[in-house]
Amino acid sequence: MKILVAIKRVQDYNIKVRPKSDGSDVDLEGVKMGVNPFDENAIEEAIRLKEEGFASEIVGVSIGSSLSQDVLRQSLAMGVDRVILVEAEEVLQPLAVAKVLKKVVEKEKPDLILLGKLALDSDAGQTGQMLAGLLNCSQATFASSIEIKDGEVFITREVDGGTESIVTKTPTVLTADLRLNEPRFVKLPNLMMARKKPIETIKVDDLGVDVSSRLNTISVSEPLPRKEGIKVKDVKELLQKLNDIEGLKI
Amino acid sequence: MNAVGSAQIWNGSIDILIVGEGIDEAAIHASKLDGVDKILKFDAPHLNHSLAEDVANIIFKIGKEYNVIIAPHTWFSRNILPRAAALLDVSMISDVLEINEDNIYIRSTYAGNVHAKLKSDDPIQVLTVHSSKFNAVGLNGNAKIIDSKVPEALNLSRWEKEKKIESDRPPLINAKVVISGGRSLGSAEQFNEVLTPLADKLEAAIGATRAAVDAGYAPNEIQVGQTGVVVAPDLYIAIGVSGANQHIYGMKDSRVVVAINNDPDATIFKFADYGLVADLFEAVPEMATLVSKT
Repeated sequence: MKILVAIKRVQDYNIKVRPKSDGSDVDLEGVKMGVNPFDENAIEEAIRLKEEGFASEIVGVSIGSSLSQDVLRQSLAMGVDRVILVEAEEVLQPLAVAKVLKKVVEKEKPDLILLGKLALDSDAGQTGQMLAGLLNCSQATFASSIEIKDGEVFITREVDGGTESIVTKTPTVLTADLRLNEPRFVKLPNLMMARKKPIETIKVDDLGVDVSSRLNTISVSEPLPRKEGIKVKDVKELLQKLNDIEGLKI
Repeated sequence: MNAVGSAQIWNGSIDILIVGEGIDEAAIHASKLDGVDKILKFDAPHLNHSLAEDVANIIFKIGKEYNVIIAPHTWFSRNILPRAAALLDVSMISDVLEINEDNIYIRSTYAGNVHAKLKSDDPIQVLTVHSSKFNAVGLNGNAKIIDSKVPEALNLSRWEKEKKIESDRPPLINAKVVISGGRSLGSAEQFNEVLTPLADKLEAAIGATRAAVDAGYAPNEIQVGQTGVVVAPDLYIAIGVSGANQHIYGMKDSRVVVAINNDPDATIFKFADYGLVADLFEAVPEMATLVSKT
């Protein structure tokens, strides 16, 4: 079984990103970047499936500028076998990303395609489902457990008000929830070795897919802050405010 | 109901798609929603568990006849709608907070720290909406129910089983009052002992922070935040919650926010309308005794 993992370079999850002062875009100048946390779960799961003997090869793919080499090297250091960078200067939207990934899937022919359930920057949560649709293959999103039995893939996934278990036929697209696993720490020697490994680079223009933006950002802004609240001295005063001022009748 | 409310912005006729097995009752209920023209009912055994591949295929088959396809931003639609959008070769706009004329939208990005205003050039607008930001429609309508021919099963995946959370409480996602506990509760036993009486009195749903879930005090299903459920009740009471970014994201649209924490410098107080610096193990039971709602 062969696994393809899609990896996005995003801001560190601890960082509060702000708009630029002219509101044209977000300000990522000097912001610490790394592997999208949900993608890290996807990488970890792929490596575990290989360690358990289910997978023979793991290929990592990222789309972006040459800066995205760092997240691919991180994945190599974790245990991915080889990596591909699809070089694109513009930031691609989910539908375009799915079209690019479809081309990579057609070339690599993986049985499992693993992605994070959403990216911390755009917060869209669409790419995996879109890719599965374009490939006309099965999908299982928001996975908290993935098992392989007799060539079938068993997934536990998030639904409204609980979880469900489904079984998908390969090739299949799976998107990882944070609960799927605890990604391993990368050891420094592994990172050093990963620096020496080659990165196959493909220019997005050479893939012959329409990657134009359908959604045009007009402006970005900071959400209005909540109005400054007050401190109450005790429970009685709290309940009095909730009843008299907020009209909550409690 | 709120999704229908948001759809009215376009001033066109509105149809509702209902998919499943044995869904007559749901179709009748939907037909009463105000301002709806038709209910398109796709009823078949293989649609029983609404597998993404089959439901997206139906949306793909009928979608070209519509200008706009809307669903509430739930796990259900987040699973299906992007797939349908890709089949229709259009982009999708997730978790829309505001809809303006000419297909201009506002949605939140970067864990709620940035609001983006964007315009879609696609021939079909596919979007999920943040339900609490739109008004629900009433139930005085009389839409026509149409039994539609169901496409054959794709058989790409199959359903095995489900685990629903058993609870007498209102579902977190649309509760009027939500009480959330953080790691300061100290243990699973105390989490329940402290929060349950107050939740019972207020007929509230109980939520938890990611820290409380990670510590094993509460199941992940009730996690409030970017990595859990996003809520927007009339009253949100944060108990022993520090106020991590990703938690704030999940509750900041609540109408009234109360925070109870013994640390006067806790970040949560910046987002609370009413802050009470107190020992939660004393304040919460006192509050449960004093509230009069039954």
